[in-house]
Amino acid sequence: MSNPDDPKDGGERDWSVVVEGGKPKSNEPVSSAVAEPEAATRRHEPHEPPRTTVPEKLYEPRKQVHNKRIDGPFRRFKWFVMVVTLAIYYVTPWLRWDRGPYAPDQAVLVDLANRRFYMFGIEIWPHEFYFVAGLLIMAGIGLFLVTSAVGRAWCGYACPQTVWTDLFQHVDRFIDGDRNARLRLDAAPWTWGKVMRRAFKWSIYALIGLVTGGAWILYFADAPTLFRDFFAGEAAPVAYITVAVLTLTTVTLGGFMREQVCIYMCPWPRIQTAMLDEKSLIVTYKDWRGEPRGSLKKAQKKPGEFGDCIDCTQCVQVCPTGIDIREGPQIGCITCALCIDACDRVMKDIGRPRGLIDYATLEDCEREAAGETPRPAWRTLMHPRNIAYLLIWGGIGGALLFALGVRTHTDLTVAPDRNPPFMLLSDGSVRNSYTLKLRNMESRPRDMEIAVEGLPGAIMWTDTINRTAAAPTQTVTVPADQVRTVRAYVAVPEGATTRGFFFRLTSLDEQRETDTVETRFDAPEDQ
Amino acid sequence: MANKRVDEPTGTETVGHEWDGIEELDTPLPRWWLWTFYLTIIFAIGYVIAYPAWPMIDRATAGVLGWSSRGDLAEDMSAAEMARSGVREQLARVSIERLPEDSALMQQAVAGGAAAFRVNCVQCHGSGAAGSQELGYPNLNDDDWLWGGDLKAIEYTLVHGIRQAGDDETRTSVMPPFAGAFDSAQLDALTDHVLALSGKANANALGAQLYADNCAACHGSGGEGDRALGAPTLNDAIWLRGSSREAIKRQILQPRMGMMPKWEGRLDPVTIKMLAAYVHSLGGGEDFVEVAEDPEVEVDEQP
Repeated sequence: MSNPDDPKDGGERDWSVVVEGGKPKSNEPVSSAVAEPEAATRRHEPHEPPRTTVPEKLYEPRKQVHNKRIDGPFRRFKWFVMVVTLAIYYVTPWLRWDRGPYAPDQAVLVDLANRRFYMFGIEIWPHEFYFVAGLLIMAGIGLFLVTSAVGRAWCGYACPQTVWTDLFQHVDRFIDGDRNARLRLDAAPWTWGKVMRRAFKWSIYALIGLVTGGAWILYFADAPTLFRDFFAGEAAPVAYITVAVLTLTTVTLGGFMREQVCIYMCPWPRIQTAMLDEKSLIVTYKDWRGEPRGSLKKAQKKPGEFGDCIDCTQCVQVCPTGIDIREGPQIGCITCALCIDACDRVMKDIGRPRGLIDYATLEDCEREAAGETPRPAWRTLMHPRNIAYLLIWGGIGGALLFALGVRTHTDLTVAPDRNPPFMLLSDGSVRNSYTLKLRNMESRPRDMEIAVEGLPGAIMWTDTINRTAAAPTQTVTVPADQVRTVRAYVAVPEGATTRGFFFRLTSLDEQRETDTVETRFDAPEDQ
Repeated sequence: MANKRVDEPTGTETVGHEWDGIEELDTPLPRWWLWTFYLTIIFAIGYVIAYPAWPMIDRATAGVLGWSSRGDLAEDMSAAEMARSGVREQLARVSIERLPEDSALMQQAVAGGAAAFRVNCVQCHGSGAAGSQELGYPNLNDDDWLWGGDLKAIEYTLVHGIRQAGDDETRTSVMPPFAGAFDSAQLDALTDHVLALSGKANANALGAQLYADNCAACHGSGGEGDRALGAPTLNDAIWLRGSSREAIKRQILQPRMGMMPKWEGRLDPVTIKMLAAYVHSLGGGEDFVEVAEDPEVEVDEQP
């Protein structure tokens, strides 16, 4: 804890004081933040007089964030999410799933070469991409739901940028020590010791990047085979290029850019900003309780004049994006709630009630400021908008599952020849040609029967079945998990007329799946 | 930039524009962004030096790397040519009778033939190979063949052509003109008889006699035609030059006979082989067995 009343001049700098624009952020407040209705959203730096001119500058210098170690319920939750998400990412490609001899045995596989997407018991073909589109829509609405209910929780806990930034920050702490040590090292001249330390740290960065990129490619090919080939130098060039690019982006974005990605690059904070309102749970500083700020000493001297905030700046020091939550909701806040952990700990130490910084809706903050009792969190979550999002999300999910359950693994498409539309044969019968695509989506070869229905006297032969064997139905074998193209010739005896008819495809196994396609038989008009 | 002012809550200057009361803050870029911008300028300078860039009077500056999109295309074309050469070599080695045994090669041949057909054959036979009854170009989709419809017969027709002057082995046949040979009653009777062969009219004795005397030698007593002579079948449903009475009479009096150029020397043997495979695949192709007794397309010298 710092004592802003007697800043140390010269000598050892106190790194716990946050300095901005050349002066410490802990000043005498110039505006008394009172609990006006708009106070929570229209707050500005209490220590700064309103400025009228700003210096001309081309860029905003970056303030390196060195967040301090903290422990608490939210930090533990963040650890938990980090371990779970990283485990999913690294372990998934190695899971096996037996699909028989004709399909890969990798549980999750995006087989770009053969255009198949496998996910445990589900196999998606390119024409069924609407399932993937549906999943993306669900992901979108899921984010709306989460944002509406608990604010930017995605940003704070589960976003890959957050998870990897957190990982790299732990590496920093492990190699260089906690906040103050890191700040000192940053300010220190480049001695050999610092060079070695930096080289060591950056090689760990590179290793993390390599492992990240290396795991990514395993989703696109058989993981054990690719893993061996990769180190034997026998993998495809695209594998090495992908790993190189992802290593570079992981180290750049997670190791060096960090919060800059959230603040300047990512569109999501801006979208979420539009989705948050006074009814959304967000991490917020209760200024009516905290302001005016004053140290413990001051509060002892003049009891009753100061709020609960003792201006220890712990909330700023633990923040992974380096913001001051006391300035109000802002785009840099990823709502990871580490400041709540820090503030609660301080409040416990000095014997004041927890929750000076807390998850709360702005509506509830105003209610609380006016002296009403705060509503429990579950009341906030039961907001009609949240329920509406949940119903839409669940509805889409249910529809996708239903569609997945009732889809058949047999499919037929028919393309009649248009040039020429019909063909007179020497015996006076009329022949039409069709290109049939027989889709077998089972992982085994299947015999399928093609039948012509609704066309009296019609017989059919194909490019592989001779005309001498022409019959109203033909049986062909479709290879496992493939589309077979069949050229079918349908002939109708003399006197044929133009009319519609059906091709029916039936799988000759116990499932007996069928698909029927209506098409047209053309005949010369003068007959 | 008249209306610049400092926005009080953020302490940032505005850009000076205002739209219905909404103003834009002139938030400074982060430093790395600025550096990225400078890097793009450096890249652009390098690009302008390395690649064609400055427009001049008739062309752009060449660039020190010598890259051009035409050169790129030529490279891609020769790569595609190289990729095809393997298939062409295989096709050159295999005889056309044995082609159906290798279904993968057959598919390649059909695909290549389809491409060659679109360049060389569609002018007469049409893009769907349906020919033209008015102009007398045969339909290649049906099962009626004047000269034989198995792979070897089709290839022979392609190589030597039909009624091609200057080729001793070309397929040739002549139907003599009968103008002046029949009076109109005889002509009507003969026409009736020809139509009766496929059940389109009633048979009559006079027509049958005339047919037996003048036509049966080539067209066969029942109108079954003769591929060896190139005599069309008269008892089926397909009429190259029309099945109306007028069309038949015209064909008896002043017969028109088509001509197909020989492709030997104009197309290489592999392309001709691919064309034969494509025409055979159109739906009317015949097996060898059916035509084995046809002397002109005898296949017994083949293994």
